[in-house]
Amino acid sequence: MSQITPVLKREFLGYFRSPVAYVFLIVFLMASVGLAFFIGGFFKANLASLESFFTFHPWLFLFLIPAVGMRLWSEEKRTGTVELLFTLPVTTLEAVLGKFFAAWAFLTVAILLSFPMVITLAYLGHPDWGVVASSYAGSILMAGAYLGVCSLTSALTKNQVISFVLSVLACLILLFLGWSVFNGALQAVLPVWAVDLVANFSFITHFNAFTKGIIDPKDIVFFLSLTGFTLFLNVVALER
Amino acid sequence: MIEVKSLVKDYGSKRAVDNISFTVKRGDILGFLGPNGAGKSTTMKMITGFVSPTAGTALVNGHDVTQDPVAVKKCLGYLPESAPAYGEMTVEEFLAFIAEVRGFRSRAARDEKVARTLALTHLESVRTQTIETLSKGYKQRVGFAQSLLHNPPVLILDEPTDGLDPNQKNEVRSLIKNLAAEKAVILSTHILEEVEAICTRVIIISQGKVVVDETPAQFRSRQPGARLDEIFRTLTSSDA
Repeated sequence: MSQITPVLKREFLGYFRSPVAYVFLIVFLMASVGLAFFIGGFFKANLASLESFFTFHPWLFLFLIPAVGMRLWSEEKRTGTVELLFTLPVTTLEAVLGKFFAAWAFLTVAILLSFPMVITLAYLGHPDWGVVASSYAGSILMAGAYLGVCSLTSALTKNQVISFVLSVLACLILLFLGWSVFNGALQAVLPVWAVDLVANFSFITHFNAFTKGIIDPKDIVFFLSLTGFTLFLNVVALER
Repeated sequence: MIEVKSLVKDYGSKRAVDNISFTVKRGDILGFLGPNGAGKSTTMKMITGFVSPTAGTALVNGHDVTQDPVAVKKCLGYLPESAPAYGEMTVEEFLAFIAEVRGFRSRAARDEKVARTLALTHLESVRTQTIETLSKGYKQRVGFAQSLLHNPPVLILDEPTDGLDPNQKNEVRSLIKNLAAEKAVILSTHILEEVEAICTRVIIISQGKVVVDETPAQFRSRQPGARLDEIFRTLTSSDA
């Protein structure tokens, strides 16, 4: 497992060797903060809370995380470096984990760079720090689950566009299952327990608890098991 | 050093490699010849553990590639066809990454390996250039440098002189020749003169089967006075 480190390091620094990292960071921060101010009514709500900021994360991640994840394996397959990587003394699992953790660390940096929002909040009022911390933790965990899905779809094709579309589609399904509008429509035809069951497979359902300051083990288990499962499939897809 | 035992590879219903066996001892430079699509690259990919064989196996330094691929990869230097490398990295960064994966983790050991390899392959002048900006000849040398970095007992080179000018070809050949005394080398090529110049053995494969396994001198004496490519054509014409 010690072979994870060099792969992780190369991949993480790789983001900053190309414009990808800077473009992504700027777009992510502008979009997430912009949504909070202009659509979420961050000021108008007159509350010392970041709810209007975090509530858009599941939707924002839907497009931005596939943009980060699509290149993970597709790029290696397209340029042929996958042959180089897998003839170095690295197991498939180590390579998958190294790349995943690098991308996850990069996303964590992006999420944490929204810290001026926290400073604004602290300056203007008295936020509940527990809720702020759990929201950040939830957002980072959710980013990992999204990334697991994207890493998997990326391993299935050498075409980045196909990889992007597939991952958006897969994430969209996982998002929709818990979207209140969709659940409302579903309730007309299905009993409540069935709707709850469906909603349990969604990012939104599990993320919402975090934004309210509730850290429930079952939500953590959901994100971590989804991440683990997609990474397992990722290894299988690459060894195929 | 390298023992190939009845390797078979099927792609769908097509048999790309059909029961190939040979051994390469220390000090040998094996020239691997054959028309395009005859199964040269596939055979090399199976020996390096990148492609898993349908049947049969290969032993490298006593390690079975189907049982313990990582042990095989450790004692192997491999230059894949068209020398893939991470284009956004500089030559130095790339070799440092290879050194880390190869287990040279301390800064001193890593820098020493990188410096030695840069000197050996005459890459010092481009050490801070990103690989994607290099000419084909330099890229090829970066790939070669990468395979030599850990001074492996076994070298597998897929068309190492492809894309080089005549001077560079000569240089790479003499480098391989100098290194070969304490190594087992397999190199594939389309240049028959290259085989005569440096190889101690010739294997020609055609339609996935070994049709010739002998010394260059024996190969030449098959049709005294004929040009090498004429002999080659007679032997592999069934492929056309």
